[in-house]
Amino acid sequence: MATTVAAPSVTGKAHKYESGIWSWLATTDHKRIGQLYMYTAIAWFVIGGIEALFIRSQLYGPNGRLVSADTYNQLFTMHGTTMIFMAIMPLSAAFFNLLIPLQIGARDVAFPRLNAFSYWVFLAGSVFMNVSWLIHAAPDGGWFAYAPLNTRQFNPGVNMDFWVIGLQILGLSSLAAGFNFVTTIINMRAPGMHFMRMPVFTWAAFVTQFLIILAFPIITVAVTFLLFDRFFGTNFYEIAAGADPLLWQHLFWLFGHPEVYILILPAFGLVSEVLPTFSRKPLFGYPVMVYSLILIAFLGFGVWAHHMFAVGMGPVADSIFSVTTMLIAIPTGVKIFNWLGTMWGGNLSFKTPMLFGIGLVGLFTIGGISGVMHSSPPSDLMQTDSYFIVAHFHYVLFGGSMMGLFAGVYYYFPKMTGRMMSEPLGKWHFWLTFIGMNLAFFPMHFAGLNGMPRRIWSYDANQGWDFDNHLSTYGAFIIAFATAIFLYNFLRSRGHGALAGNNPWDAPTIEWSMPSPPPDYNYAKIPTVTSRYPMWPQQGPTPLSPPVPTAGGDQPLPTYQTAEQLGIHMPTPTIKPLLATMGLTLAFVGLIWHRQIPIILLGGAIFIVSLYAWVLTPLEPEH
Amino acid sequence: MTADHSHAPASDAHEPHAPPHQEVHFPTWKTYRWVALILFVLTVAEVWIYYTPMKGTRLFAPALITLSVIKFTIVVMFYMHLKYDAKIFRGLFLGPLSIAIIVIISLLFLFGHLSLHAT
Amino acid sequence: MATAVAEHHAEHHYTSTGLPHTKIAIWAFIGSECFFFASLISTYLIYKGRSVVGPFPHTPWTDPSTGHVYHPILNIPVTSTSTFVLLMSSLAMVLAHAAVERSDHKWSRIWLLTTAALGATFLGFQAFEFTSFVHEGLKITTNLFGSTFFITTGFHGAHVTAGVLWLITMYFIDKKRGLGPRDAVNVDVMALYWHFVDVVWVAIFTFLYLLQ
Ligand SMILES: [Cu+2]
Repeated sequence: MATTVAAPSVTGKAHKYESGIWSWLATTDHKRIGQLYMYTAIAWFVIGGIEALFIRSQLYGPNGRLVSADTYNQLFTMHGTTMIFMAIMPLSAAFFNLLIPLQIGARDVAFPRLNAFSYWVFLAGSVFMNVSWLIHAAPDGGWFAYAPLNTRQFNPGVNMDFWVIGLQILGLSSLAAGFNFVTTIINMRAPGMHFMRMPVFTWAAFVTQFLIILAFPIITVAVTFLLFDRFFGTNFYEIAAGADPLLWQHLFWLFGHPEVYILILPAFGLVSEVLPTFSRKPLFGYPVMVYSLILIAFLGFGVWAHHMFAVGMGPVADSIFSVTTMLIAIPTGVKIFNWLGTMWGGNLSFKTPMLFGIGLVGLFTIGGISGVMHSSPPSDLMQTDSYFIVAHFHYVLFGGSMMGLFAGVYYYFPKMTGRMMSEPLGKWHFWLTFIGMNLAFFPMHFAGLNGMPRRIWSYDANQGWDFDNHLSTYGAFIIAFATAIFLYNFLRSRGHGALAGNNPWDAPTIEWSMPSPPPDYNYAKIPTVTSRYPMWPQQGPTPLSPPVPTAGGDQPLPTYQTAEQLGIHMPTPTIKPLLATMGLTLAFVGLIWHRQIPIILLGGAIFIVSLYAWVLTPLEPEH
Repeated sequence: MTADHSHAPASDAHEPHAPPHQEVHFPTWKTYRWVALILFVLTVAEVWIYYTPMKGTRLFAPALITLSVIKFTIVVMFYMHLKYDAKIFRGLFLGPLSIAIIVIISLLFLFGHLSLHAT
Repeated sequence: MATAVAEHHAEHHYTSTGLPHTKIAIWAFIGSECFFFASLISTYLIYKGRSVVGPFPHTPWTDPSTGHVYHPILNIPVTSTSTFVLLMSSLAMVLAHAAVERSDHKWSRIWLLTTAALGATFLGFQAFEFTSFVHEGLKITTNLFGSTFFITTGFHGAHVTAGVLWLITMYFIDKKRGLGPRDAVNVDVMALYWHFVDVVWVAIFTFLYLLQ
């Protein structure tokens, strides 16, 4: 229980968080950076969702003419790219930032300024790619941009230039954050926080960081080739020069399949926190959960070519990748059964986070099963590039990742803001999302098996696709309505939600021992951890769930002693990571904007000067 | 954090995972000198092989690859003192390195540059 | 030395492994770089022998339209020399690190500068190599060999350049305030980066230059 961790003093001189724009621009506080990630990711989720609504409206009936074919290409490309790189990944990054230091008992991440840099670079990259909408030249080559369609010859406009450079910038952000979190988790665990005592979310995050730092260099290289092909006339994807178009596919999916796990594992981690709390039982089979995470990550590098059965790699390669793909389903299935085992016989309480958590378990399983169906090359040949695939990955990414991330948002909102989100609105959000998502994506299985190709702009009547598409479009608008409820709940609850207190859910892990929201220094005294679930009794039954706070929406948040009062040294806020980002972005802007060498050089110079100023300044004030 | 060199500070003696003091014994000048000499000799051997009749034989590629693997290993073990340093660094390096090598070999198979049957 | 660093470190920041953050981060970075260079080298190997026009790395090529004969591009003696220079820079680097550990400012500066100079010499060789290749008719746009060759060795050269800048910066810090045992970790991290760039060249030299 709370005896194992020292809670910071809540008495003492009142201290309010510094606010104002400068405090956000110069922040190095992992919790603030986490919030920035969260707000930005939710904004991109809404924009990516609006793109999806255009797509669904266009496909509502046969011969849709709402948008032109050209615009449609841009819409589906940006919908995929936005949801993957600007919504789900950064929403996961929001939780990495908010939770990893709290869960391992640290004051911040290992490199707080690099952390700020990661966020700013992500923001710059996502804005950069979307600026293309303003000149109606958004990327239009599909989110995996197959060669040679992505080359200058077949795609002469600036559309794919935005994609190439934007992806390069976004990759840099993920890589920088990856090194940071790997170091943080290895090196900043509180005394007693052994690896096998770490909360499962931190484990999932740890494994995800390795996937990021190993998979992103591959896409960096693939995209660099494309960048050189497009800007400097090299031959990497130039068929006439003898290039092999499969090079892009191999490199892309070598990154792309680990990327799938980069998208889902953090959500798995969040759900592994939520299910025990609301089942009032420890996670079933903790070590197996950890080992299956590691195994998934390892096998994740050996299955990439299952995305390429249709290109004809020959029976040997097809068989090998088919078998590895079936194998990777085993550790994934183990996780599903462990979650069921966690809930089995538990004292379940169906609060909103729990509903979303159970939603992930059910819906991801559907997506997982249709995924294993693709592992067999003969059946994959029937399904590939059809709406069946679209149905599959939306069950995995929406039913899986987004459900898990929503569970995390409801579960950790009280820790992040000190206030509860509205439970009734949360339930409305869940049920509408659940209904809308199944209505939108389940009929796609049938449309796909009936031959409807993926990425199709418009289709003729009498192909048996009309009804399925009607349903999908209704479903999409129900999801949009549910998301509007979520946004209202999220924004309003920040100022008006019931006061949360330290541990509103009576959850077991140490982040719940500290006040909500946590002080900037997190733990007044670094805790010593003696068990996996320090907030629950070590002997005897797990406590029954207490009533969740519902009052105090009109009262102010609690105050704490400042870091100075406690004699804790925290990093000095600094603007330099932001300046470095601006320099870097300027250089890329110069590249895309008529290749202005002076602008590229100026941007590079600003970057290097800011980097030197940053690295040569100590992290904390000298003492 | 090699077990032989670590000792828990007295104040935290009850805590099994207290941070061990980092007492890495890096190699000395004598070792470095030998390492440099061996690397030099191996590089000479590589270039020598390139200019001998061995170039046309089936031993050429395996010989060169073996020599460069030895060079690679020596630099990593001694200059990067992985042999002497905390075990966690081996994991951080050898894990990714081995996956990367497997990936290279698989790609070469997939593009038909390697074949199960010797040609 | 390492003890002193760890203790200095422990005064302010507890770390779970007793190791400095920067060292964990640089090894994670090196692991990541393995994939970066693995992708570059595999692309080179995949595209080997697939160029439809010359010049080629190891064999002469006659341009059918002009009848001009292009010599094999690679110049093994020159590159062997630059390979040797880079290997020797690794020796200078470990000596610099050892000198920093014992606060021997004179030799730490000498060896830091020597390492940087050897790195710069390597870059000089590369500049010479690139210009002479272009002169002989191989540009990055010429064929698949040119694209993969210049990209792979160019990215390696960029890594060396970053390393040389890092070394020079460290040299100036040494000159300004004298590097001592408490800086040894920072020099060690730089050295790990430098040696890694060196071993990448060991692989590149074998796979790009010597193998046919
Ligand atoms: Cu896959």
